[in-house]
Amino acid sequence: MALRQPNVLPGFGLTFGFTTFFLSALVLLPLAALVLMAASMQWSDFLHVVLSPRALGSYRLSFGASFLAAGINLVFGFIIAWTLVRYEFPGRKIIDALIDMPFALPTAVSGIALTTVFAQNGWIGRYLEPLGIQIAYNWIGVTVALTLIGMPFVVRSVQPALLEVQRDLEDAAETLGAGRFYVFHRIILPTVLPALLTGFTLAFARAVGEYGSVIFIAGNLPMKTEITPLLIVIHLEEFDYKGAAALGFVMLVISFVVLLTINLLQAWGRRRHVQSTR
Amino acid sequence: MAAVPQIAAFDDVVTRPGRANIRSSLVRWTFIGISLLFLAALLLAPLATVFAMALEKGVRAYLTSFEDPDTAAALRLTLTTALVVVPLNTVFGLSASWAIAKFEFRGKSFLITLIDLPLAISPVISGMIFVLLFGLHGWFGTWLQDHDISIIFALPGIILATMFVTFPYVARELIPLMQQLGNDEEEAAITLGAGGWMTFFRVTLPKVRWGLVYGVILCNARAMGEFGAVSVVSGHIRGLTTTMPLHIEILYNEYNFVGAFAVASLLTLLAVMTLIVKTLVERTGYRRR
Repeated sequence: MALRQPNVLPGFGLTFGFTTFFLSALVLLPLAALVLMAASMQWSDFLHVVLSPRALGSYRLSFGASFLAAGINLVFGFIIAWTLVRYEFPGRKIIDALIDMPFALPTAVSGIALTTVFAQNGWIGRYLEPLGIQIAYNWIGVTVALTLIGMPFVVRSVQPALLEVQRDLEDAAETLGAGRFYVFHRIILPTVLPALLTGFTLAFARAVGEYGSVIFIAGNLPMKTEITPLLIVIHLEEFDYKGAAALGFVMLVISFVVLLTINLLQAWGRRRHVQSTR
Repeated sequence: MAAVPQIAAFDDVVTRPGRANIRSSLVRWTFIGISLLFLAALLLAPLATVFAMALEKGVRAYLTSFEDPDTAAALRLTLTTALVVVPLNTVFGLSASWAIAKFEFRGKSFLITLIDLPLAISPVISGMIFVLLFGLHGWFGTWLQDHDISIIFALPGIILATMFVTFPYVARELIPLMQQLGNDEEEAAITLGAGGWMTFFRVTLPKVRWGLVYGVILCNARAMGEFGAVSVVSGHIRGLTTTMPLHIEILYNEYNFVGAFAVASLLTLLAVMTLIVKTLVERTGYRRR
């Protein structure tokens, strides 16, 4: 096979050349710098950094809170998507547009705003404080921030899938005496499951790397409320480039695994879609 | 006992047209209620807080906070960065989408994965890779120091990190749009003797203009609001290398809440405007896939 298939349109050389040059200079070269920096370490030094108690504590918080936040979004994201797709109510279009807010809002802004709302004297925090619930400056706050930034991923993945659920199938099932939960379990869930899991994975991936909106609400105590990206920043500020690169390499590998998972999930969703429309 | 479910099912069939039975409207309002409560606590309360805190000590204090020279410097730096980054990323987005959407070639999916990469990795890593290249102890650190060039803790580093984080946005809007719209018009133009540039400016650009507008606006919003990546490369030199989001952090940590939230209110307005543009663009009939 030739590099490209014949085509009457011009400009392949120019655009392909510019694109690959831009990507090589901006993405491949810097990423190679990271991998080389991590690879230049002694194996024992590398393990010493990435398996240190402080690093392990940060993984526990970063991955635990991200998983929990993605799980919360799985449930509430589905409910929100369902509400927006199936029900008509005043303000629906505005709510629909607002879903993308966490995409557009700078993370530093959502960080200080969330901290203020959930702090002891904040709008929501002041009602939770008498109940003995503290949200800001501990792992719950981290989870709240990660829930906010992951929410649009689940809603936006599930919305188009819900539109594709065949309403006549639901009606037929109900006419035949199926209960609400049976219809949900046997008709709706199978159709939206790939989208739901894709949204979950996207939200999880975004949450693991998140920095700006977390550091304000986290409290940032080593071993307790310190996320992995913050630990990388601390290594960099101490000019320990190798330590930072080692932790960055670990996170990069995990990002690749997550990306791969997303691609597999989307392929699975497409296959199911083809089968169901046949 | 066996007859009871049958009757219930029969009832359901009878009342089905309009679906206006009590149970289904109960479910409906529970769903709407949960959705609204969730979004109010997580989204609307923080948004309202930004403006409430910014105006806590009155409009006067709000406006005076912009007279702080460091705040003005942060505004200028953010605008400068966006002014460099957004046009470059727009050119990249147009170029990448032309190559990917109009041609079949080997390694295409690898190219698309590379374009998506910045969205998948932590902003801290996005900043760090440039520190590892150009920082004092990085690969080119000594060489740069010998030649008296500063990239990290200076404007070039901020621009590079911002560019890395935001280059996918224009391309990701345009690639699916161009693929969806097809090549027929372009092929007709070329066959009738139009040149490549003329075809691009007179045929393709008008076809994808709304997708382009939204991609550019989104890219701009992310460029002005980027925190993690820029924070790593900036060095936080007050009044010199602090962009608006970094300046928010400094003011907030100094307990200058009116100042911090005043700057934050500008970025929030930018985000709201971005969403309004998105809604308007979608209303023109262009749909995101």
